[in-house]
Amino acid sequence: MSDDHVYMTLAEGHEDDARWAYGTGFEDPLHGVDTAVPEGLDRGRLAADCVALADDALVSAQRLAEWTTRAPELEEEVALANIGLDLLGQARLLYSRAGQADGTGRHEDAYAYFRDADDFRNVRLAELPNGDFAFSIVRLLVLSSWRLAQFEELASHPDPVLSAIAAKGVKELAYHRQYAAEWAVRLGDGTAESHRRMRHALEQIAPYVGELFTACDVRDTVVAVLRQVTEAAGLPMPVYRPRPGAGRDGEHTEHLAPLLAELQSVARAHPEAAW
Amino acid sequence: MVTMLTTLSAGRRARQIAEQVPDPELPMLTLADLGVLRGVEMTADGTVVASLTPTYSGCPAMAEMRADVAARLRAAGYARVEIRTVLDPPWTSDWITPAGRRKLAEHGIAPPGAAPRRAAGPVPLVLSPTRRTVPCPRCGSRDTEETSRFAATSCKALWRCRACREPFEYVKEI
Repeated sequence: MSDDHVYMTLAEGHEDDARWAYGTGFEDPLHGVDTAVPEGLDRGRLAADCVALADDALVSAQRLAEWTTRAPELEEEVALANIGLDLLGQARLLYSRAGQADGTGRHEDAYAYFRDADDFRNVRLAELPNGDFAFSIVRLLVLSSWRLAQFEELASHPDPVLSAIAAKGVKELAYHRQYAAEWAVRLGDGTAESHRRMRHALEQIAPYVGELFTACDVRDTVVAVLRQVTEAAGLPMPVYRPRPGAGRDGEHTEHLAPLLAELQSVARAHPEAAW
Repeated sequence: MVTMLTTLSAGRRARQIAEQVPDPELPMLTLADLGVLRGVEMTADGTVVASLTPTYSGCPAMAEMRADVAARLRAAGYARVEIRTVLDPPWTSDWITPAGRRKLAEHGIAPPGAAPRRAAGPVPLVLSPTRRTVPCPRCGSRDTEETSRFAATSCKALWRCRACREPFEYVKEI
């Protein structure tokens, strides 16, 4: 094996059409994990919690992927796609856990591809269109700070599988939040135009921040992070102007259904196909 | 007695085979070098049980790793192979072996430093630039800078060397 050809070793013994990162019919990401649910745990509640956390991640991953070929610089495209990939991985693990917990044994594809918008439980902030780069950064800052705070608590959840998924996710989310925070400071404390756009983005998220904190009680941790970042960026704290409804109750904006239509189109057109 | 000894050495051989499987994304490393092979055991009924842990939740290579390990063990004559996924404790870049770090550097990829340690409680957010010296794997200069914290795979960042002007990849601490 020469240095130039180290990657050629991968081609050995691979005449099949092994698939890596796209398509349907993947092997269960929890393959070979001890799937017992501890005695006394509310299985329905565990499944619902896993689905909600997975929906946040799947919908966010889809929005982040939309930046590919559209981001201001190649490096940012790669970063946003990587963050989306981490979230997609978290979603897959969580959907699999949900299918085990609720006893249906549903596969991740059943959750991702064969539920309608009304059945999704993601917070509405995740589904809003990407807007400009400033909006996507503000949203990523809020959502990654919120998810990181939740996962830190979930790392001691009585379900060993959910706690392991969360402990792993904490490390990834710390990178996501760091990325968003650095951009928030750069843009907030940048030019008059970048500052104006960041302020506008903070206005735009105002109706959707409140529901994050009815979904779980990590408000103090998240507010502390947002305060630190907005102070460094010379920006105001986001205000809350709650808009009725909550994604956790299946009440969504008009933006979720088109997102899902694109995400699910091939799987629904050919429901038995694997690609 | 004879059976036990045979099982022991067969188990050791199975471990050696699994340890030599290359990583699908960093093929200069074996799965053992990368620290994702968490164990290889032989059960009383002769099943080889290999345990793998993903580097990142979204690592698209996990299914590939499972298939590779199972295929190599079967090719070596082990009829019954079982691959388990281990999520806890989560993978850390500290598990990359010294041999793995050397091989990364030889292939132009800077190995990770020590993973951040932190106490219980909220993960602190640091807004000041992280000072980190990553020697250029090509020329050894310490005059290098990060160009992107994310790169072609989840586990790497992009850096460049100001001395030899070459870009290089760097395995992130996690």
